[in-house]
Amino acid sequence: MNKPLRRVALAMMAMIVLLLANVTYVQVIRADELRSDSRNSRMLYREYSTPRGQITAGGKLLAESVATDDKLKYLRTYPNGPLYAPVTGYYSFVYGSSGVESAKNEVLNGTADSLALTRLSDLVMGREQQGGNVELTIDPAMQQAAHQQLTSKGLRGSVVALNPQNGAILAMANSPSYDPNRLAGHRREQQKQAWQELTNAEHDPMLNRAILQTYPPGSTFKLITAAAALETGKFDANTQVTAKSSITLPKTTDAQLPNYGNSTCGTLPTAPLWEAMARSCNTAFAEVAGAVGEQKLRETAQSFGFGKDLYIPMEVANSDLGKIPGPAALYQSGIGQRDVRVTPMQNAMMAAAIANDGTLMKPHLVEKTLAPDMSVLDKHDPQRMSRPISPDIAHTLREMMVKSEQYSGDTGKITGVQIASKTGTAQHGANTDPHGWYVAFAPAENPRIAVAVIVEDGGNMGADATGGKIAGPIGRAVIRAGLQGGG
Amino acid sequence: MSQPVATDGADRTSGDAAPAPQGSIRRGTELLMLIFAAVVVTAALVLVAINQHAQLTPQILYYGGAFLALFGLAHLAVRRWAPYSDPLILPLVAFINGLGLVIIHRVDLGNATEGVEDWTPAAPDQVLYTAIALVLFVLVLVFVRDHRTLAKYGYTCGLVGLVALAAPAVLPSAIAPTINGAKLWIYIGPLSFQPAEFAKLLLLIFFAAFLVSKRELFTTAGRRFLGIDFPRARDLAPVLVAWTLSIGIVVLERDLGTSLLFFGIVLVMIYIATERAVWIAIGLSLFAAGCFVAYPLFGHVQERVGAWLNPLSQYQLREALFGMATGGLFGSGLGGGRPAIVPHAETDFVLASVAEELGLLGLAALFMVYLLLMARGLRSSLAVRDSFGKLLAGGLSFAMALQVFVVAGGVTGLIPLTGLTTPFLAAGGSSLLANYMLIALLLRISDAARRPQAPSKPKPKQAPIAEAHTELVERPR
Repeated sequence: MNKPLRRVALAMMAMIVLLLANVTYVQVIRADELRSDSRNSRMLYREYSTPRGQITAGGKLLAESVATDDKLKYLRTYPNGPLYAPVTGYYSFVYGSSGVESAKNEVLNGTADSLALTRLSDLVMGREQQGGNVELTIDPAMQQAAHQQLTSKGLRGSVVALNPQNGAILAMANSPSYDPNRLAGHRREQQKQAWQELTNAEHDPMLNRAILQTYPPGSTFKLITAAAALETGKFDANTQVTAKSSITLPKTTDAQLPNYGNSTCGTLPTAPLWEAMARSCNTAFAEVAGAVGEQKLRETAQSFGFGKDLYIPMEVANSDLGKIPGPAALYQSGIGQRDVRVTPMQNAMMAAAIANDGTLMKPHLVEKTLAPDMSVLDKHDPQRMSRPISPDIAHTLREMMVKSEQYSGDTGKITGVQIASKTGTAQHGANTDPHGWYVAFAPAENPRIAVAVIVEDGGNMGADATGGKIAGPIGRAVIRAGLQGGG
Repeated sequence: MSQPVATDGADRTSGDAAPAPQGSIRRGTELLMLIFAAVVVTAALVLVAINQHAQLTPQILYYGGAFLALFGLAHLAVRRWAPYSDPLILPLVAFINGLGLVIIHRVDLGNATEGVEDWTPAAPDQVLYTAIALVLFVLVLVFVRDHRTLAKYGYTCGLVGLVALAAPAVLPSAIAPTINGAKLWIYIGPLSFQPAEFAKLLLLIFFAAFLVSKRELFTTAGRRFLGIDFPRARDLAPVLVAWTLSIGIVVLERDLGTSLLFFGIVLVMIYIATERAVWIAIGLSLFAAGCFVAYPLFGHVQERVGAWLNPLSQYQLREALFGMATGGLFGSGLGGGRPAIVPHAETDFVLASVAEELGLLGLAALFMVYLLLMARGLRSSLAVRDSFGKLLAGGLSFAMALQVFVVAGGVTGLIPLTGLTTPFLAAGGSSLLANYMLIALLLRISDAARRPQAPSKPKPKQAPIAEAHTELVERPR
């Protein structure tokens, strides 16, 4: 009987080998797929079982994890939820995460490769594993000013402020905003209710307008049209352009393109380009766009960042010129109407590039990442994104913007600081009030802050709203907060 | 493994009838290995406490000490009543049992924090069952002084086993309620037990005895077809009876696991007894036919197969796989995972708990321990001199192997899930009691295998004749 017994022994071995092979398949080969399955609550528990890192900016705490005594051991809290929500985003176990919480998740939860050594030492020392920290470039004073300016007047819109010299994002505010604390609670029902309320709320408070919403840029786009014109070499600041109050669009019978308020551009039949910019004359820039041509206009826009994928580290929506099917459309596009769409971030980048002698620095939000013990893991190096215009052209545009600032009213003017700016009043839709834009940088001679402000749908001024009236004061207040607050 | 690895001189010669030297019966090794098992188990308990942030009290050491004391007593009983038995079997069982206690305790803690409704701590019961099981273990050693005497009670065992197996199916639901879709349990007052676990043992004895006495029947060649000698049709009867019984278990008790186990054991024992692989082929054909018949007829079979084909569609299996995947190669550490998310993490799915917290490496180590245990059982089977002992030890070892395979394969999604307990590891009194009796029998047989031949005591004549007979029919061509 020994022969079959030995065969039975072999069969037993085979069974164990089969089991081991299958278990290897489940626990190693297929493990990642099973682990990341959304129904796998273990990862969630693990995620919440260690303190997630802090998000800080300028010495202020934006997000931290505090110990609780329920099943998920740490609660994510946002001491100034709505103020910083556009940057922090939310962190929910039902709805995932957004903003820096999502983009820097691996640092914050401690699984990033850069934290491998920390994890190892935690393991050896028997310490509880901790997430790393993220320090942002945000200037709390400017963020506060931007948020305050938008929300206190009940406006809808967005503010983006950049440091033109290195691309650091100094402020990124939206209105309406939301409180990410509502989505961070540990009760599923509570989260569901908050999510329902926020997603059904009017005007979409969770939309990150600064980087994800595109708007018609209106007259702020004239800076790009002017840049394209100057680049061709056929134009300079004093090139005479039409001063007509209204022109007929080419290849149409009677379609008119009027100036704002149907006014002429000065008193003469023609005006220098700089004056057309300062007075924001539509007719002049429509013709300039026509002279520059679609291709050049597109190239210039692209060099300012249009159509380029950008992560700050959150993804920024692409700004786009849209289709330009013919000269009439080119005229309209040249003054930022028709299908031209930009994000507030893109407009801030445009101002920043002009401010920085024509060099566009890549916008970034994360200053550094830190280990749990606050030692620096990674510090951001400023990166050049592109060089859309030469320093000379940048200076020419700067002079035009200084003049433009003088025409745009002086609400909130800062004594002793010269601002260079461009306003925009963008028509959109038939029965809606215009969006008001303000892009600016200051101080004009040595720019430290570039800002873009949009106020949606006429703000609190309705159809009378202009960029200068509703967006300008906000932009100046943000610049003031930055310059005086030491930003 | 076809050639068992010898660990010492005595083992190498014990296969033949040569007397083993007195000094190397290795009871000291057994004690040492038991201490080692106790240390590992205590360390495991400490790990659970640390990872669950419980206060480390000296009490854990008392638990470890009590564990060692319990198995120390069993060891003394082995010294007294089975002094020549295999020295590794008891420590291996103690290790699995101890690890099982730790895991069950750990799942208890998990059930408490996970907010699982309607649960009762299983660890204290399991400790009690372990103690009772060890008493039974000793009793078997004391009363079964020679395993060959069991052969005389073969038919009695068979009848009792059959009744036990059928009892839950035929008894009214008041005594034998349907739990989780299966009718396996008998409730008498506050006590409940699964008679199938004991029936397994009794039927093993019956089959060993029956097959040894009727071996000629099975080896008589019938018609030769396609170069294979088929048995005569009437000799198929025992296999057909076993097959019918297995189908009956599936139909009446809805217990796929026991059915599979039962049929598998019968098949392998016939194969061992006859040395003819054709029985395996016949059995597998019958098995396939059974599957073919049962699948369309029974919803619970389809359910199991459906869950097997798409494991993520079934909550329990899905959570088990998630747990195992989350544990990964190294596991979350004892007490560091969340095994209690899986329903029945301390019984049917205890292997998923092990896999999650100890990882692939831990599970593989556990499988190796099982394999070692089975191998030691088979060694005894190879070494023992009488046919009945060989067959019984082979059957007992294979029963354990098949049980581990069926339950582990089910939990890890290799084969459809069937309800069987993991021997010595899972919470459950009946299984533990029955398996300790099984181990006691194995020890008894290994004791006979390694016992030096006493010249004063003449060997029963039956054994060499049986051996000679085997040699005669091995090559009929």
